[in-house]
Amino acid sequence: MDEKFIKQISLFAENKPGRLANIASSFKEASVNIRAFTIAEAGDFGIIRMVVDKPEKAHRVLHDAGFTVSETDVLGIQMEDVPGQLATIAEVLGKKGANIDYAYAFVTKTEKAFLIIRVNDLKTAVETLYEEGIPLLDMSDVQSI
Amino acid sequence: MTKWLLCDNMIEYWNPQIERMPLDELEQIQEERLRHLVDYVYTHSPFYKKRFDEAGVKPEDIKTLEDLQKLPFTYKQDLRDNYPKGMFCVPDTQLVRYHVSSGTTGKPTVVGYTKSDIHEWAKSLGRALTSIGVGRGDVLQVSYGYGLFTGGLGLHYGAEEVGSTVLPISVGNTDKQLELMQDLGTTTLACTPSYFLYMAEEAKDKGIDFQKDTGLKTGIFGAEPWTEEMRKRMEDATGIKAYDVFGTSELSGPLFTECTCQDGIHIWGDQFIVEIIDPETGDTLPEGERGELVITTLTKEALPLIRYRIGDYTILNKQPCECGRTHPRIMRVTGRVDDMLIIRGINVFPGQVESVLMKMPEVGEHFMIHVDRINEMDTMKIQIEMNDEAFSDKVNDIISLEKKVASALKSVLNLSVGVELVEQGTIPRSIGKSKKVIDNRKL
Repeated sequence: MDEKFIKQISLFAENKPGRLANIASSFKEASVNIRAFTIAEAGDFGIIRMVVDKPEKAHRVLHDAGFTVSETDVLGIQMEDVPGQLATIAEVLGKKGANIDYAYAFVTKTEKAFLIIRVNDLKTAVETLYEEGIPLLDMSDVQSI
Repeated sequence: MTKWLLCDNMIEYWNPQIERMPLDELEQIQEERLRHLVDYVYTHSPFYKKRFDEAGVKPEDIKTLEDLQKLPFTYKQDLRDNYPKGMFCVPDTQLVRYHVSSGTTGKPTVVGYTKSDIHEWAKSLGRALTSIGVGRGDVLQVSYGYGLFTGGLGLHYGAEEVGSTVLPISVGNTDKQLELMQDLGTTTLACTPSYFLYMAEEAKDKGIDFQKDTGLKTGIFGAEPWTEEMRKRMEDATGIKAYDVFGTSELSGPLFTECTCQDGIHIWGDQFIVEIIDPETGDTLPEGERGELVITTLTKEALPLIRYRIGDYTILNKQPCECGRTHPRIMRVTGRVDDMLIIRGINVFPGQVESVLMKMPEVGEHFMIHVDRINEMDTMKIQIEMNDEAFSDKVNDIISLEKKVASALKSVLNLSVGVELVEQGTIPRSIGKSKKVIDNRKL
């Protein structure tokens, strides 16, 4: 089942100028490509979450640059870019008691929408989505987007 | 009570014979009491006996005031090491009270008082209050904390000693403070200088004019450092006279104040001997040189202290004061020998913060204490570097970690502390003794 998880890079960043530029330039040097990206901010600090094409490399580069960084297993869900898709996903997961801790979405050139979610129960979520016929991304999909 | 006209004011003395006694006579009393004291502690306290024996001094070696220098120092650490009552010189049955102060490593220090100790304490403050014109007919609002802290009860007993009416309101509840101040005609207020400035702000917001709407004329401010500039600001803003009060819990509590001349704090020589020393060498410094304050108690029974290292920097002045008092004065305290911080009247050592953080594996070892004064209130914020292992990518986890650290610190320091997790490597490293405190308070 692990192959259905996506490795998300999370990092702790103080809410101050220049932090994002630092991260971006580290990635540029290491030619790491960001696929999806979000910042959760809470006053003095923020948590930056991103899905990249080379998570191990991204982790190493950020760690070496002195960031507090971790890898988190999340799910990438493929959606049709039409109204109602998000509602369906939220509903099926909710019924099985899988709670979404956070979610963010991005749209690709191929008119597909992708939803990244972190859930409290990965196994149940994967099974439920599989039963409902909702396609999940794996790391190779992320690399080829 | 005797009245004298000096120093532009009608001066009153609580005990004119003692307070105006020629210095050489006062020193004779000190010498006699010192001889008795060394005998007393040597025979009543195993701690002092051991300390004297180790230093090779016998009570009979102490004949004159100069001989005091032969005696070993006593430190706050001694009180901690002998927690709770290892240094007491009287049996428990003679104790009438305990006060307890928070300690650096979780171990507090305990001070015990006999009936006579309480009375000597009240007597000392009684003289002090009289020297700032507070006495019968005055209403003294005691806005220091009551309880284990010595501030509230100390001022309380001192005020009753001179026949003032005490309003034992303790600290906080500013609305009530201002209301009762007006309704009961408070003439004298005792609190920390920062709390008074806060109270003055609140009063202004409510349209209360201290000069028109209250009978307040005197403030007794202490338990945290303040300056001449603050005195001027407080006096100009409110029309009161502001006086500095000095003491520490180990010596009993608040004991001494300035007189109306506002030129140093009188330390009653029949009760205490003051020395100023070089904190590095321990050598006694000549009068007028700045050094560490060392005090020997002459009349305390339960917990007498020999050459106790107070840790404050000050200057000794033995010249008779314009008010007519002959007892030596110490000038305004200008800092600490150690790294102790005083925040809202509470003593905080960076070591306390460190020992709390060390017990929490979720946070790193690097931290910085930021002290500031915002809206006249001291604030303390601690920045701690985020730890790799503890990092969760959920915002709530980080916020609850900050809360957990804050509540652990509060339970040890007795003080609300802001906690901010910061990125690794952002707290400056330094070689040797690292700087743990940034104090931005503009005094």
